[in-house]
Amino acid sequence: MTSALDVAVARHIGDFDLDVAFTVDKGISVLFGPSGAGKTLTLSLIAGLLRPDVGTIAINGAIVTDCARRLYVSTQRRRVGMVFQDGLLLPHRSVLDNVALAVRQVGGRRARRDVARTWLERVGAEELAQRRPVSLSGGQRQRVALARGLAGEPALVLLDEPLSALDTKVRRELRTLIREVIISSGVPAVLVTHDAEEADELGDVVIDYDDGRVTGQHAVARPSYPEPPLENPAGTEPS
Amino acid sequence: MTRGRAFAQSLDGNQKAVAVALTVLFGFGLGFGVAHLMAGSIAYWGVVSVPFFITLRVALPATVIAGVTGVASGYVLAKGRFPGRDLLESLGSLPIILPPTVIGFYLLEVLSPGTRVGGVLTRVVGHALVYNVDGCIIAATVAAFPFCMRSARTAFEGVDVALEQAARAIGLPNWRVALQVSLPLARRGIAAGLTIGCARALGEYGATLMVGGDINGKTRTMSLAILDSFTTPERNTMLLILVLMAIVAMTGVGLLGRSRS
Repeated sequence: MTSALDVAVARHIGDFDLDVAFTVDKGISVLFGPSGAGKTLTLSLIAGLLRPDVGTIAINGAIVTDCARRLYVSTQRRRVGMVFQDGLLLPHRSVLDNVALAVRQVGGRRARRDVARTWLERVGAEELAQRRPVSLSGGQRQRVALARGLAGEPALVLLDEPLSALDTKVRRELRTLIREVIISSGVPAVLVTHDAEEADELGDVVIDYDDGRVTGQHAVARPSYPEPPLENPAGTEPS
Repeated sequence: MTRGRAFAQSLDGNQKAVAVALTVLFGFGLGFGVAHLMAGSIAYWGVVSVPFFITLRVALPATVIAGVTGVASGYVLAKGRFPGRDLLESLGSLPIILPPTVIGFYLLEVLSPGTRVGGVLTRVVGHALVYNVDGCIIAATVAAFPFCMRSARTAFEGVDVALEQAARAIGLPNWRVALQVSLPLARRGIAAGLTIGCARALGEYGATLMVGGDINGKTRTMSLAILDSFTTPERNTMLLILVLMAIVAMTGVGLLGRSRS
């Protein structure tokens, strides 16, 4: 069976050396470790925002980075969704536009906005659709960012410390939401955190990072998953 | 926040367009009204209005052309990764440093039908590009371009790279990132450059004189006409109108730059 993600890369930046290899299957895989361990750098390499010095990355069996062959698929064509630490929503667009911009399905503006509305409903942010990101709380921003990360029907969603900037209460609420939405979407996810409780609560597999190396990997005991829904929320065919 | 800025930010796109149009109409109306009062004769009105419309025919296209090419160049200089970017910016900025008459002289050298480049251009366009309004537009564009380019580069460099990366990560192709993310986020700095560029195009004198020829009723802009009428009362009217035009243009572009979207 093809893995959702195969990573075997090395990258040297300044005094820091990253050299990691791991495989991700369905569910949520957590890259866990202290700050500066190379977790976010790994996400950037997977997303194609940076290039490794050596190694390969494959998403759903398709090679997207192969340094030996100088193959680097662009970020846009990797079909990854990303949820950033501080949301990084576009400040000059409405919440609905932010999500609609990520929708890749063929169709007009109205169709894309319908898909975006459906995703906002799924994360409990439908009433925020017309607001600007600057008016949102941290928790609301991350809900919208999660909707945006999944709205493009990605092959893989990457979450870079999505809860680290939030207070404890909101963080607990969003942990539940993130897990529910990602698992029900059927999209494999890689989540970065330095919070052990968060890693165990969100992850199906926890990959331990330290000083640019993978130091261990363990599965978190979970009840088995229901199969992903056959239809996507908007009822549209993927392009 | 000033009340004016708060007002500008409260307007949506259509309201802003109307506000700019009204501002322009008001400014021009005021200018003509004052000119009319000061003139007191139809002959006087003709002397003043012809350079006014020539100035509009020159400054508006020049601002648009310098704006589009300046913003595009500024984007390439800010986001491109190639050697010699600063040298290119310096070359593009020469019209700020060199005396306008020198710029005009070399433009004349290049554009004249008798020269190699000018001959090709004349055949392509179908008419000469000197001693007519086209020549004036080219001169004003060259004068306005560096301001648009430099401001755009600085504005694009100020856009948060993480936001552009986030846009790429959600699948937007690079051209949409440029148009839908970088451009709107850089709009204030770009508007500032367009404002100065427009003012520069309105006030262009030396290069326009060389390339346009200061032909009465054909290429004599307000700036040229003010000097030509230095010993007559019209100069005050024309100076007033030119100042009003500059204020209106800068207010309008500034209003657009301060808008929310």
